[in-house]
Formats: sequence, structure tokens, C-alpha cells
Amino acid sequence: MPRRERRRVVAVEWLGPYALVRVERGTLDPGVPGQFFMVEAPGCVLPRAFSLCLAPRGQLAFLIDPVGPGTRALAARVPGDQIAVFGPLGNGFRLDVRKPLLVGGGIGIAPLPYLSQALEQPPAVLGFRSPHHAAAAALLPNADVVIDPVLVTDVLAETPGRDVLACGPERMLEAVRVAAPTAQLAWEAPMACGYGACYGCVVEVDGELKRLCVEGPVFNGGEAHDSATTHLLRVRTDRGWAHAGQSPAPSAARSPTNGAT
Amino acid sequence: MLLLNASGCLDALTAPEVARGLDAFVTKTVTPEPREGNAPVRIVETEFGMLNAIGLANPGRERFLAETLPLLRALGRPLWVSVGGFSARDYADTCARLDGVTVELNLSCPNVDEAPESAAEIVAACRSVTGLPLYAKLSPAAWDIAETARAVEAVGADGLSLVNTMHGLALNTTLRPSLARGAGGYSGPALRPIALAAVYACRRATQLPIVGMGGVRTGRDALELLACGANHVSLGTVLFADPDAPARVRAELADELARTRFASPEDAVGFALEAVASREN
Repeated sequence: MPRRERRRVVAVEWLGPYALVRVERGTLDPGVPGQFFMVEAPGCVLPRAFSLCLAPRGQLAFLIDPVGPGTRALAARVPGDQIAVFGPLGNGFRLDVRKPLLVGGGIGIAPLPYLSQALEQPPAVLGFRSPHHAAAAALLPNADVVIDPVLVTDVLAETPGRDVLACGPERMLEAVRVAAPTAQLAWEAPMACGYGACYGCVVEVDGELKRLCVEGPVFNGGEAHDSATTHLLRVRTDRGWAHAGQSPAPSAARSPTNGAT
Repeated sequence: MLLLNASGCLDALTAPEVARGLDAFVTKTVTPEPREGNAPVRIVETEFGMLNAIGLANPGRERFLAETLPLLRALGRPLWVSVGGFSARDYADTCARLDGVTVELNLSCPNVDEAPESAAEIVAACRSVTGLPLYAKLSPAAWDIAETARAVEAVGADGLSLVNTMHGLALNTTLRPSLARGAGGYSGPALRPIALAAVYACRRATQLPIVGMGGVRTGRDALELLACGANHVSLGTVLFADPDAPARVRAELADELARTRFASPEDAVGFALEAVASREN
């Protein structure tokens, strides 16, 4: 059951350009890996969505890419500050997998450390745009790291027969879905509320627009991909809609995975 | 005083525990035909508020009546149904099919093309087919909102909902509109002084009950709407940030009323106008 509580910031640690913000857990339920929390962004009207990165005893930890006013304000918190945290929200990864392989790209690796713990540290493939960004790979044991221009899908092709669980930029997820049609994919969309109130985060699933925060953010790529009627997240071009992955508003992206802005 | 949600700012079926904190639940706007709404990106935050261009996404009148409304009734809260359309006939046809609810006529959605008829013509068409309470939700962008208020009162409106969002636009880092539709409805804290002015003007023009809304975040904000002449208060954008806002705003309002020595919310209604009247005398 999601709850909203004010929680004390315990620590802010830096991994390359990313901030790992640790808050006291209190009585909040950490949820399952892939679920997310709406975290108050000091000085902003709306909270930001972050999937839970780590859930050590007594804490909730969120990996934040400080790229906009909200994420910069959060990364600038100091121990003792209070911020409101609401969750856990949405649907996480299914953990009934036999041979898991975690795939992450950039700030999209955020939910994978918690997922890795839940699955007893399976192998992982992480892609980053630079060695500086790759510092975040320290959060995951048992990870192979590739740096642009090498892509995670280059490695994926060499490891068939795995149950892929992935989170990252939409173009990466599209490529992962082609390489591993049954992968579980954690998507992102701009989101005001996180609990189904605003209808801002809709994506097309099985021919219908659905709220990513309520129906997702983790979808089974295989089911949707096998359906003759739909392309997950592909919105209709015959009505002048753009592909969700070609959003013209990179600065507007707020998501369960990276909370951009 | 009733504490409501602004239409489109809460889904009572997804978050019934939030809806139970309100005195009545206001639905998303229902149109005759199903609408998927606008393409994403649909929302964007600004410095002092947010823009939305959802576009009246809803299952349409028939599915609403057959599927959604029975589920909403089962929640046991009084219901307000927000009715939209693209002609006066659209609005009236939906009103004629409703019973046991209050009707809020959405005469001012900034994210769709509006009906060509005036607010008064739409209210009159609905009045002729239903005895249900009819609230007219007006745009703060009206040239003279008090004139519109008088016009809808004259044709039988039972109350006013003030205000809907304002048109606004935000650009992203590439200098293109952040919202796929371009402009959208601007809400949040920036809307609050505009809402206060609209409520204040309409309270001077009519004795109709007024539901005040626009940028309310705290009990003090709610009290200011009451003082400007609102009888009831709705929560909008704040619900996105804080699902516990209904109970919090209620508690804060009780504290504010005690601090300002009003015996009840009703006692505060129109206080700001009385103060002006006494200065004028």
C-alpha cells in the first residue's frame, strides 16, 4: 500500500555525475524492484518519479541524474533535510525468472541494483556514454560495462537463452526487445502524479492508451510484441502522433527511471 | 462548505482512498463519443505551475453510463459529473441521461475546440432537459466573467465553478513547445490570484453558490477563496503532488478559521467584499 511520508535525508553519495540520495525508510514499504516513488523536488510544483535503486536496512536510496531544477535541488540536499516520499507505485519486475540477465543504459540502471539483490546477483550488462558515467556500475556486482559506441545489444547478441530484464533509454529498450522478445522492459514517460490521477503518462498498449504509472512502468515486451494489433509505446502516426521514443521534449522527461528535470 | 477535487485531477476508481477524503467526487469530463485525448507529451512543469494538454480523454457517454458511473456510485460519495461536448445539443443529451448527481458543465476546456454556442446557450439547453443541479464551469480568460455569470444565472444555472485553467505555453531546450499540442491549460500556484479575482468579481455579480478552485495548496489558500465569495473549494494540481492534500487542507483550514476567529467556513464567505464595502461607506 503506497503511503506519503516526510523522511530525513541520510546521505548523498556521488557516482560519476549521478547522486545516490539515501533517505530514512521509516515504515514505508520498499516494494518490489521496478516499482517507483514520487519524491518531493524542493522548490518545484510537482514531485519527481524515481524507481527504487537500493533498499538497505532502514533506508530507501534513489539514483538521480541532476539535469534539471528538480533533480538538481534533490541532489543538493544535505543530511537532516526532510523530503516527502510517496510510494511504492506501479508494477515492478516479475521475479519468477530462471536465467536472469539485467540490462541497463545510463541513468536507466537505477532499478537494477535492488533487482540484482532480489535475484541473487545475476549477470548484468550496463551501457554508458562515458567512463565518467560508468562510475555508477559500482552499484551492481557481476556487471559487464560497455561504453558508447559499443552498445548493450552488441553484448546481448552473445548471450542467448537468458531472461532479460531491462531499463534504459527508449531506443535501447526497442533494440533489446528485438534481440530478446520476451524481455521485461521498464519504460518511462512524463508523469505529474504517479498514481493515476493526471493521465499525463499514457502510452499505447494493446491498441489502447494506458497510464504508465498504473499499468507499468514494467511491461512484458514479448506479449505486446507478439500481439498483431499493437506495438508497445508506438503511438499512431495516422493521427499525427509521434513515436513516443522520438519525444521532442528531452528536457520534459520525468520518469520512474531517471526523474529527468 | 464542500471540499471537492477539480475535474480531471483525480481518478476515484484508481485512488478511492483519496476520493473518500473529499465531500464529493467530480469526474473527468464526459463527452458523447469516446476520446483518447491528445498525443504525449501531455504535461510539463513550469516555474510556478504546470501545463496540461490531456484533451478530455474519456470513455464516452455510453461506456461512462454503463461501466464507470455504477462503479463510482459504489464508492458511496456524492458525485458531480463533468459534462463536455462540441455543441449545446451534446451537453444537453448527456444531461438528459443522468440522475442522482450534480452536473458541472465544462464550458471552458482549453485543450479542445469549444462548442460554438455561448455558455448561456449551453446552460439553457441543459436546463430544458434536466432538473439536476447545474454548475457552469467558466474560463478565467473571459473578457468579463461577471457578465458570463449573470448570463448563465439568468437561464437557470444553479451554481458556478471558478475557474478552469488558463492557456499557456512552455518551450523545451530545443525551443520547441514542450507539449505535443503546443499550448495547454496552465494550473497550479500561478493560477491562484486569477481564481481569487474571478470568484471576487462573480460574487459581486450574483448570489449563486460558487465552487472556487485554482492553485489551492494550503488551508490559508482555501480560506482566501472563501473570503472572496466561494462557498465551496476544489483541489486540483495539488492532488498530483500530495494525495493527502484533502485531509491536510481541511485541518489547516480549521486552524486558520480558529486563528482568524471565524466560527465556520460559511462565516468567512465573502468577507473580503464586506471589508471593501465598509471602506467604501
